[in-house]
Formats: sequence, structure tokens, C-alpha cells
Amino acid sequence: MDFNDTPEEAKFREEARTFLKEHLDAKGDKPLRQRVDGNEFMRRAKEWQKTKAENGYAQITWPKEIGGRGGTPMQQVIWNQEEGKFDAPTGPFTIGLGMCIPTVIAFGSDEHKKRYVGKALKGEEIWCQLFSEPSAGSDVAGLKTRAVKDGDEWVINGQKVWTSGAHYSDYGILLTRTDPSVAKHKGLTMFIVDMKQAGVEVRPIHQASGGREFNEVYFTDVRIPDSDRLGDVGAGWKVAIVTLMNERLAVGGSPGPDWGEIMAYAQQAGTMSDQAFREKLADWYVAAQGYKLTKFRTQTALSRGQTPGPENSIGKIITANHLQDICNSAIEMQDHYGIMTDSDRMPADAIFQQSFMWAPGLRIAGGTDEILKNIIAERVLGLPQDVRVDKNVPFDQMKSG
Amino acid sequence: MNFDFSEDQKFLANEARKFLEAQCPMTAVRLVLNDDDVSHNQDVWKKIVEMGWLGTAIPEEHGGLGLGMLEVCVLAEEMGRVLAPVPWASTVYFFTEALKLAGSDQQQADILPKIVSGDVIGCYAASEGPGNADASNVKTSFDGSTLSGTKIPVTDGDVATHAVVLAKEGSGASLVLVDLTGDGVTRKTVQTLDPTRSHAEITFDKAPATRLGKAGDGDALNTELLDRAAVLFAFEQLGGASRALEMAKDYALERYAFGRPIGGNQAIKHKLAEMYVKNEVARSNCFYGAWAVSTNSAELPEAAAAARIAACDAFWFASKENIQTHGGMGFTWEVDCHLFYRRAKLLAVQAGAPKVWKEKLVRALEQKNAA
Ligand SMILES: Cc1cc2nc3c(=O)[nH]c(=O)nc-3n(C[C@H](O)[C@H](O)[C@H](O)COP(=O)(O)OP(=O)(O)OC[C@H]3O[C@@H](n4cnc5c(N)ncnc54)[C@H](O)[C@@H]3O)c2cc1C
Ligand SMILES: Cc1cc2nc3c(=O)[nH]c(=O)nc-3n(C[C@H](O)[C@H](O)[C@H](O)COP(=O)(O)OP(=O)(O)OC[C@H]3O[C@@H](n4cnc5c(N)ncnc54)[C@H](O)[C@@H]3O)c2cc1C
Repeated sequence: MDFNDTPEEAKFREEARTFLKEHLDAKGDKPLRQRVDGNEFMRRAKEWQKTKAENGYAQITWPKEIGGRGGTPMQQVIWNQEEGKFDAPTGPFTIGLGMCIPTVIAFGSDEHKKRYVGKALKGEEIWCQLFSEPSAGSDVAGLKTRAVKDGDEWVINGQKVWTSGAHYSDYGILLTRTDPSVAKHKGLTMFIVDMKQAGVEVRPIHQASGGREFNEVYFTDVRIPDSDRLGDVGAGWKVAIVTLMNERLAVGGSPGPDWGEIMAYAQQAGTMSDQAFREKLADWYVAAQGYKLTKFRTQTALSRGQTPGPENSIGKIITANHLQDICNSAIEMQDHYGIMTDSDRMPADAIFQQSFMWAPGLRIAGGTDEILKNIIAERVLGLPQDVRVDKNVPFDQMKSG
Repeated sequence: MNFDFSEDQKFLANEARKFLEAQCPMTAVRLVLNDDDVSHNQDVWKKIVEMGWLGTAIPEEHGGLGLGMLEVCVLAEEMGRVLAPVPWASTVYFFTEALKLAGSDQQQADILPKIVSGDVIGCYAASEGPGNADASNVKTSFDGSTLSGTKIPVTDGDVATHAVVLAKEGSGASLVLVDLTGDGVTRKTVQTLDPTRSHAEITFDKAPATRLGKAGDGDALNTELLDRAAVLFAFEQLGGASRALEMAKDYALERYAFGRPIGGNQAIKHKLAEMYVKNEVARSNCFYGAWAVSTNSAELPEAAAAARIAACDAFWFASKENIQTHGGMGFTWEVDCHLFYRRAKLLAVQAGAPKVWKEKLVRALEQKNAA
């Protein structure tokens, strides 16, 4: 048992570090969370993505023929760890490169791959995931957006919601209903959609946290050529599963302030002597370590060329609730003062207040706590599936609300 | 990254599991449970001695297998799964480790081989009353050659041949080795929440004893000993928690109510998923503890505390919710759930309750931050 890289891993880590140092500032070199204007951020993000792609660091496990590095999953993990130590603007590409493009690679034609993969890799085009709808979130197979065949084209009408990044995206993968007369999972079909065409209307949603990172997307008589279909007609669910399975290996950093930040704040504020706080701090440390070390177990499997076990499914259940709890305690520690959000005035640049408002979304996005527990119960422990009252009912005869 | 046990260690785990399932089924545990006069399962203990496991981390020169702490961790988890009703933890995690940590060459040469052969059963005596015992508050005293005072409860104190005792000496404290079969020792069995493990009140009246290590080292030695033991206990707790989850899952699949398995209800599914999450958090922290203890890492204090806190939480949760999942059946003497509930509580207080370890952990983090 050790935490050492193999010689090849160590060599790759060193290469990655050297490259990162050449191009980026380490985290903490600049003041925390210095707000940059959205356009400036996007310019930097695209530039960084291009630099990565040109040097073979953009998608490490992808084959060289499509612009990847032909590297191992472990190298990708090492890259993520090292990149995470720098102030790297990667957000806008996560969904596209992590979920959408892998789906295009799996189900698209050679032309699709030639047309889309390279540009996405270089950050020239951004992608979004158009699955969720007002009445289809956890139960995404209950979606209603219609695609009707008209000659060599499909005509799309309907509404998507919660689409992260739709407002700056060039393309999206769009899950639609092509046959309402069969059971819900059977009548779905997936398409590539050009987000800049007429009939696609993107309306930013004002989030509870105050930001506007996700959107409603309306489709009115939008035409998609049949050649931009991904997978067979009616096989959209199978395609969607591939997208969802490609959700990034949970190897990124923690999503916000952790035990270290709240401890630093308590020390500075002189509240470390509070016994109740000390016990909570210990619990947070144990949970954070549990999460971090579980990823090490996953990485061990990857490093040995094995398939990781189911243990990494615990990740988001832990981190999202953990973040919410830490932020809540930090604010209460500040007492009345903690209600303020001005980052110039507040301890830790108001990061606790910011993350307090982000945490509820994290518990919902990418699978809610409840759905994730169901997945563990059913797929890991082998308990029975929930009763599916809609299982074999034709979609157009189902109840919804 | 190699954050896992080796193939050899996994093989050992697998062999140990097969052996213990065959040699130490729940009926073997119940023999101890149901008879107040039976302190441990001698038959199982004899077989464990024959396997050589008591010498796992004892050097070959003293008759042991000369393996490392990782192998002890692996065995501890398996012992935890079957609720082994034997003085394993007392002898291996505490007594053997204390001798290795602080025993003189002579003490080690005298005693370690007898642990391996089964002639010596060890225990660790710290507690004297309500609250965590430490070097600053124990009253039992050592005068350089004899020991006086009362320790209660001492796990396995009625079956052990020897004890390591935390005692006051002068203005400090020391760890003291005492032969429990010698003069000046009175032992009385006491009843506890976990009758599958025996406990005693031990009174020392000028009992002949020798020091382990130097006078006044008791505080530091006790701390280090507990850090090491905590990791091993954590693996044992993890084994128990894993087994409790399996029991709950099996029952949830076979028990029908309202026309379907109770495991089809989300209240049960989510409860079991939460058990799984806690068990995995414990397992990962245990692995880290195993690494720290096997490499004598400077991070052992944090790693041991985290493993212990996570394992106490996991076993507590899994053992109580396992009863709940079994409904009325879980509340019967005949169904095994309560044995796990009992053992979970013993293991959570035997090496210091979680609250104590949380405080230790935060102090360690503070020291690290200050450095
Ligand atoms: C920040 C953020 C970003 C997002 N980005 C995207 C995106 O880019 N693209 C996209 O397609 N979607 C996106 N989503 C949508 C996200 O996938 C859905 O919000 C999520 O799947 C939940 O669906 P819902 O909001 O319709 O809630 P519902 O499914 O209506 O759930 C409501 C509540 O009921 C519970 N519930 C539902 N079904 C069950 C069940 N079977 N058992 C027990 N409880 C149940 C849920 O857990 C939840 O607590 C995003 C969401 C957020 C918050
Ligand atoms: C101390 C004690 C005294 C008792 N005294 C009496 C008495 O005097 N007279 C008498 O008639 N009975 C008595 N009972 C029986 C008691 O009413 C039952 O044990 C209780 O109703 C649970 O039923 P069960 O044991 O069959 O568990 P089960 O019904 O098998 O339940 C097992 C588990 O599944 C869960 N579960 C079951 N169905 C669902 C569902 N639909 N959704 C979610 N979870 C579910 C339960 O909550 C439980 O956790 C007593 C029980 C005890 C423990």
C-alpha cells in the first residue's frame, strides 16, 4: 500500500506540471475569486482549451486520430489533479467534452466526427445537453419535445429546461420523442442540434443563487436533417444512457469550501474553543477524507488497468450535503453578520455565503440525492426496482404533471 | 497510486473468511452468549492459535509469522464479520502492540513466543470509572515493583494471563506489565452489554509488576498504543458493519409485506444506501489508517482518529438499522441482529468513545496548522 506514482505516472505528472506552470497561475497566487467579466472569462477559457488541445492534453484517453493523446485513464486522473491546482478556466467545456462529444463519437457518422470533434476539442465550439424538461427531470424518459419526420428532415417542437450553458453553446445533443404511441423509453430519438439556427430560443433562468448559468430552450418548427440523428429512430434511450455514463469520472476537486476553510476561519475568528464546533469539524474532516480516499481507491483500480468498483457512486451524495452543512455552520458562526454577502467585507471573500446558495443546486443537478440513493440500492446492493406504474403504458396514455 | 491491499493480503482475507465462516458460525458466538460461565469460545480460540494468526505481526525470531500490520488489519476485518467471541483484540491490538512498542528485549523474548503458542492471553487495563481514562486521571499506582488499584471494566480481564496496565508512577504515568495469575490480583467477572466478550473488575494489591518502557512514558506510550489499536479496531468494526448491511439486504429481499419484498420500499432502499455510503467512507478511512500504521507515518494520529470515528459511526448506524429492517424479528433473542448491535457498542467505547477521538483529531489538525 502506497500513494506513489509508478515511474511512468511520475514522469507524466512532471510533464503535466511543467506544462501547467508555463501557461497558468497556481491557485492562490491571485486573490481568491477575483471576478472577471463573463466575456473575458470565455476568451481565456477558449484560449486555454486550444493550448491544451494543441499539446495533447485536452482529452487524454481519446485516440490520437481524433485529437486525443491515446493515454490511460490514470493519466487523465493525474492531469485533472494537477490542473486542479491551477487557476484553469475549464467550466464551459465540461459538459460538451465530458458528455456530448463522447456520445457523438459513439453514435455519430464519420462526417460528424470530422466536423465536430476537433472543433470542440480546441474550444472553438461549445456544446450543451438538452435532456431535462419541465415535466421530465429525474424521469427524463418522460419528456415531451416532439420530433416529426418530414422527408429527409425532422421538425422539432417543444421545450427544454435547466440547460446549462445553452446561452453560449453552438451545438447540443437533443433528446426527443418520435413515437408517443409506445412505452416511454421506446419512443425516443437523439439528435445533434445547431443552437444558433432560427426557431431555437434560449431564455436564461434566474437561479436561486442569483446567477444565470442555465436556461429554458424553446424549439419552434426547428428543422434537423435526418443525417444529424444519433443512433436509430426509437433508440434514443440507449444513446442517452451512454451520455449519462460519460459523466466525468468523479475525480475533480471539491466543489467549494471544505473543513480546511472553515477551520481557518474559526481560528481567525477565535471560535475554535466551541466544543460543538470541534466535533462537527472532526466529522467534516472524516467525510472529506472518506471522499478523497475513495477516489484514491478508484484510481488504484485505474492504475492497475482494472474497472473501478461501485464505491465511487457515493461521491456526490457526500460532497453536496457536506458543502451545504459547512456553509450553513460558517454563516451561523458569523451570527447576524453572516447574513451579508459583500465579498469585500466578508470573511473568506464571502465564499461560504456564495456556496450556501449553490449547494442546493448541487444536490439536484446530475441526479438528485434520492435518485442516487435509488441507484446505489438497486445497482450496487441489488434491491428491487421501484414500482413502475408507467412501465408498459404507451406514452400518450400516461399521466403527467 | 496503490491504495489497496496486495494480492497476497487479499488471499489471506479470503482464506480467513472461509476459515472463520466454517469454524466460527453464529452458533459458536451463542455458546458464549447463552452461558454466563463461558468467557470465550475456547474451541475457536484454539483453532485461531493453530492458524498462527496471533503471531501475524510478531517477528520470526519470537516465533511469529513476521508479517506486517496490513495483514493484522485484514484479519481484524474478518474477525469483525463473525463477531469472534475470543480475546483476539485484547491480545493482538493492545497487548502485543504494547510489548512491541515498549517492551525490553527480555520482556519481548519472554512473552511474545508465548502469545504465539497461546500460552499467554493478554489484555489492556485503563478504565477505572465513568469517563475516558488517560495518563492524567488514573489512580492505580505503580511503585517501581508492585501495582495497586482497581481497573474496571477490563475486556477479557477474566481470561487473560497477563495485562498491560496504565498506572500512575510518581508525578507521571507508566505502562506496566503484570502477571494476572500471580500474587495480589483479584478478578471478578462483570456483566456488560456484550456478553459475547468477557469483562472483569481487577483489583491489584501490591501485585508484582514490571514497567514497559521508561518511568513517566505512560502518557506518550498510551497515546501511541491507542492510535495503533484504533486502526485495528476500525477494521474489526468495518467487518461488523459490512456484515450487518449484508444481513439487512438479504432480509429486505426475502421478507414480503404488502405483496412485495420490503426492500422494494424506498424507506428501506435509502436506509441501506446510507449504510453503504457510511461503510465506504469507513473503509477508505480504514485503508488510510492501515497505511499510516504500517509505515509508522507521522500522520498516524489523524489517520487513526479518522478511521476510528468513521468506523464507529458506520457500525453504529448499520447495527441499529439492521434491527429496524428486520422488524419485530430483529428484536428477538434468536435473530442475530442484536449481537451486532451489542458488539458495535463495545467496540465503540473500548478504545475511547468517538467524542474522545474527535477531540484528538481536532487537536492534531490544530498542531499541524500551527507547524
Ligand atoms: C444546476 C443545475 C444544472 C443542470 N444542468 C442540466 C443540463 O445541462 N441539461 C439537462 O438536461 N438538465 C440539467 N439539469 C436538470 C437536472 O438533471 C434535473 O433538475 C434533475 O434531474 C431533477 O429533475 P427535476 O428538477 O425535474 O426534479 P424532479 O424529477 O421533479 O424531482 C423533484 C423531487 O422529487 C424527487 N424524486 C423524483 N423522482 C423520484 C423517485 N423515483 N424516487 C424518489 N424521489 C424522486 C427528486 O429527488 C426531487 O427531490 C440541471 C439542474 C441543475 C440544478
Ligand atoms: C416490543 C414489541 C411488542 C409487540 N407487541 C405486539 C402485540 O402485543 N400484539 C401484536 O399483535 N403485535 C405486537 N408486536 C408486533 C409489531 O406490531 C410488529 O413487529 C410491527 O408491526 C412490524 O411488523 P413486522 O415485525 O412483521 O415487520 P415487517 O412488517 O416485516 O417490517 C420489516 C421492516 O420493513 C419495513 N416495512 C414494511 N412495510 C413497509 C412499507 N410499506 N414501507 C416502508 N417500510 C416498510 C418496516 O418498517 C420494518 O423496518 C410487537 C412488536 C414488538 C417489537
